[in-house]
Amino acid sequence: MKKYFPAALLALFALYVAGTLVPPKNPGALDVQGFGRLPVLVNGRIKPLDTVARTSLLTLQGRQRVTTPDQRSLRPAEWLADVLFQPAKSDTYRIFLIENHEVLDLLNLKPEDGDGGKRFSYLQMRPGLPELDRQAKLAEPTEDQLRTPFQKQVLHVRDRAVLYLQLKHSVQVADSPDFLRELIQFQKALPAGLQALAAKKKGEPASDDAVKAMAEMRDRFGFMDEIGYLRVIPPGRADTDPTHWRTVGAALLDSFDTGGVNPDAVAYAALGYAWRKQDAAQFNQIVALFREQLAKRYVPQLQKSDVESRFNSAEPFYTSMVIYVTTFLLAIFSWLKWPEALGRAAYYLLGLAFVITSAGIATRMWLEGRPPVTNLYSSALFVGWGAVLLCLVLEKVYRNAVGSVAGGLIGFATLLIAHHLSLGGDTLEMMRAVLDSNFWLATHVVVITVGYAATFLSGFLAIIYIVRGLFTKSLDRATADALARMVYGIVCFATLFSLVGTVLGGIWADQSWGRFWGWDPKENGALIIVLWNAIILHARWGGLVRQRGLMALAVFGNIVTAWSWFGVNMLGVGLHSYGFMDAAFYWLSAFVVSQVVIIALTAVPTEKWRSFRAS
Amino acid sequence: MKDLLRAFRDFFVSLQLTVALLILSLVLVFVATLDQVNLGIWAVQEKYFRSFFVMWRLPGPGIPLPVFPGGYLIGGFLLINLLGAHIYRFQLAWRKTGIQLAHSGLILLLIGELLTGLLQRDNHMRLDQGETKSYSESFRHNELAILDTTDPKLDEVVAIPEDLVAEKGAIQHPKLPFQVHIKEYYPNAMLQMRNPSGTSAISPATAGIGPRLALIPLPITYKQDERNMPAAYVEIAGTEGTLGTWLVSPLLGAPQTLSYGGRTWELVLRFQRTYKPFAVTLLKFSHDKYPGTEIPRNFSSRVRVKSDGGKDDREVLIYMNNPLRYGGLTFYQAGFENNDRTTILQVVRNPGWLIPYIACVMMGLGLVIQFGITLAGFIRKRTAAPAA
Repeated sequence: MKKYFPAALLALFALYVAGTLVPPKNPGALDVQGFGRLPVLVNGRIKPLDTVARTSLLTLQGRQRVTTPDQRSLRPAEWLADVLFQPAKSDTYRIFLIENHEVLDLLNLKPEDGDGGKRFSYLQMRPGLPELDRQAKLAEPTEDQLRTPFQKQVLHVRDRAVLYLQLKHSVQVADSPDFLRELIQFQKALPAGLQALAAKKKGEPASDDAVKAMAEMRDRFGFMDEIGYLRVIPPGRADTDPTHWRTVGAALLDSFDTGGVNPDAVAYAALGYAWRKQDAAQFNQIVALFREQLAKRYVPQLQKSDVESRFNSAEPFYTSMVIYVTTFLLAIFSWLKWPEALGRAAYYLLGLAFVITSAGIATRMWLEGRPPVTNLYSSALFVGWGAVLLCLVLEKVYRNAVGSVAGGLIGFATLLIAHHLSLGGDTLEMMRAVLDSNFWLATHVVVITVGYAATFLSGFLAIIYIVRGLFTKSLDRATADALARMVYGIVCFATLFSLVGTVLGGIWADQSWGRFWGWDPKENGALIIVLWNAIILHARWGGLVRQRGLMALAVFGNIVTAWSWFGVNMLGVGLHSYGFMDAAFYWLSAFVVSQVVIIALTAVPTEKWRSFRAS
Repeated sequence: MKDLLRAFRDFFVSLQLTVALLILSLVLVFVATLDQVNLGIWAVQEKYFRSFFVMWRLPGPGIPLPVFPGGYLIGGFLLINLLGAHIYRFQLAWRKTGIQLAHSGLILLLIGELLTGLLQRDNHMRLDQGETKSYSESFRHNELAILDTTDPKLDEVVAIPEDLVAEKGAIQHPKLPFQVHIKEYYPNAMLQMRNPSGTSAISPATAGIGPRLALIPLPITYKQDERNMPAAYVEIAGTEGTLGTWLVSPLLGAPQTLSYGGRTWELVLRFQRTYKPFAVTLLKFSHDKYPGTEIPRNFSSRVRVKSDGGKDDREVLIYMNNPLRYGGLTFYQAGFENNDRTTILQVVRNPGWLIPYIACVMMGLGLVIQFGITLAGFIRKRTAAPAA
């Protein structure tokens, strides 16, 4: 049985992975999936509505799950349809995350009114919105780094409310009971209305009612254009530029010039009508027709947005997290029992998780048309990827489950960090002009991120050495020596990549700003990693440290890298303001403290370590 | 004596010294990065990196005390340590080539950075649409310029650097028929129209626009995106006595004029200028954003470069990550203002710009060779060992 265990486990997890790749079925008769796949231009990129729904939910409430007051759970796309088409209903969903008690007080809310004590509905927030807006305006002039936690939270909550309002007004005027009917009536009244407007312009007698009705509609559409967030209306047939998509409001304002109502705007209104009626036949037909007319014009964009919505539902990084944890546990147990079978199983699973993260990163690269690392979120993915790749190599060479333990832990930790970084919004962002250089993104950024990964890996390997050696009897001499060699090898690797990456960064800076080195915090952070790795190597070559000292130095590398990766971005936070409350700052501090504790443990003389005690 | 020399040599070539210096530089860089929050990036460079010692002023009497080695000291010792160790332990052996190459690259990089620190000049060129300029302006330094504008075809300029102005006192220049007396100098100041009811103190200025303006001294700013606007009261004195006192500041738009000895002079405190043997004209500045966002997609300036001799006359597009290298200078797209009608180009002269490129190749290659040799040895050992 032990013999077949690794292969059987691998097969089981492969099945689990395959399950996530199956296209999800619609929850009911309505084609929610098809709706979620409809493309829209937001933040400079054409993406499926499904992505908009998911990233909006993450921004609003830090998770994708929505539960209605009558305890139904909604998919993100269903939630979005409710927001777009029947906002009166979505106003009751508790999806606004408010954790700060002062902000709750400001809105006259109590934690016990909220879902889980911290999520509230728009309806609950509405009476407090004017005061929230006033406080936000007071907080805005303060520099970001100097804001108090209260000010920061006020601005966060205000921005969430604004995002929600923008969504609500994207395809219809939110207070309209039946926007389709409103548009049909507008269409009927349009010829007479335009005549009246033209007559009035020339100073001829005109129907006051008609003029007034037109002005009112112009105001309504103008408001939608101003506040609307989603650009769902493709440009006219002759225009193929994928960046020319418009808001429903802008398309409807055109009616006053063209004399006709934009059919795509009407289609969305009709979609809303069908959604409110829960009329599956009509809803599905409109979704299909709308898609069909786009399919011929936007072949590559639709292909990408389809893949993206499948990518969203497959959640490869979540799947990988599950597998990394399993790997970690299996590998740890392999040191206690069944080293061969469990170790091999862990190795297989690590490989499987690596394949899935690779596929996930590759998909993101294809969607974006960019090298792997473009922002902090993707750097977290890539640090994990690079470290796991190195772990696979180590495991292949040494076969002692150390690589699997380190790989499982780092893979899981980096994906967890990435998940928290994704709460800020869409992670496939457009690149700012300064960073818009695929060559440098592919060289400098990738190389330096691999340097981060390797420095972290050497630190985690050292932690394994310390914990196993000090607290267990499982670290025999051979394994200890092997670990020391691994740490040394990975530090060499880290030195190479962080040095070359840093210098490449200098060259990029020289290319784009005219200076090779400017002592900017991010540059200094990279330099400190290089210096630290150089210190480790020279201390070892000079015989200043032995195995135990090497491990202590390598663990300190974790602190150095964490500071360069995240700490420099928080500069000012811990020094200047009360921003100490930032969760990320807490986590970073906690991490640093934990590493210091581990380093302190190495002060225990070797002969007292359980593994090395003379028995 | 010989022992002492040997001890001295051993100290300077030792790995212990290397490690100590590396640790010191790590601490220096870390503290300097934190201090940027207080001092800004320029002041930090002067205090920590372009100095032999980091000074700390005693609170109270303000006596500066050296508390930590500065960038020049640590860098200098590292250089000595590196060179010394290499000369002392030099061996012509294949397995040493990687390490030697990497460290030679590092030496080159350190020297290159020193050269850059000493030789690099960076200025700005601010151009409105259609405007032509043949000079760049310093981002941090100012000068008091006195121009003889009597000849409409040619201006004779005497420029006094801000450092001299800051020392105050009298300045005499062979090209000037009068003495320039700096009465007051403020490193950063704001100007305001004086209250006509005249409640505030009388201005020291007696001529030009000065008497109508009130000067409000401001603290020196260290922020990267702000610049200090100095101001000074300048008295001009001929052989027959004073001609008046003028208030000067880069904040004043139009130059102030004075007449003396039948000639006309202009008096202006302005951003320090460097004239070039060519002229640059901004033809068009473009600033694209991603649709529906404020995220900048591209900035670019189409400019015409025309050399004084007329040898060069061409159009160039300067955009992000794509500078123009011309006449020993490099022009970068640095910013824009004035509703996208004005472009700001950064103009850099750095004769040592190629050094980091060479150093990078040497260090990268050196480390690859070194670690490659180690890895090859490791693999050989493992394959030779019997399978466990």
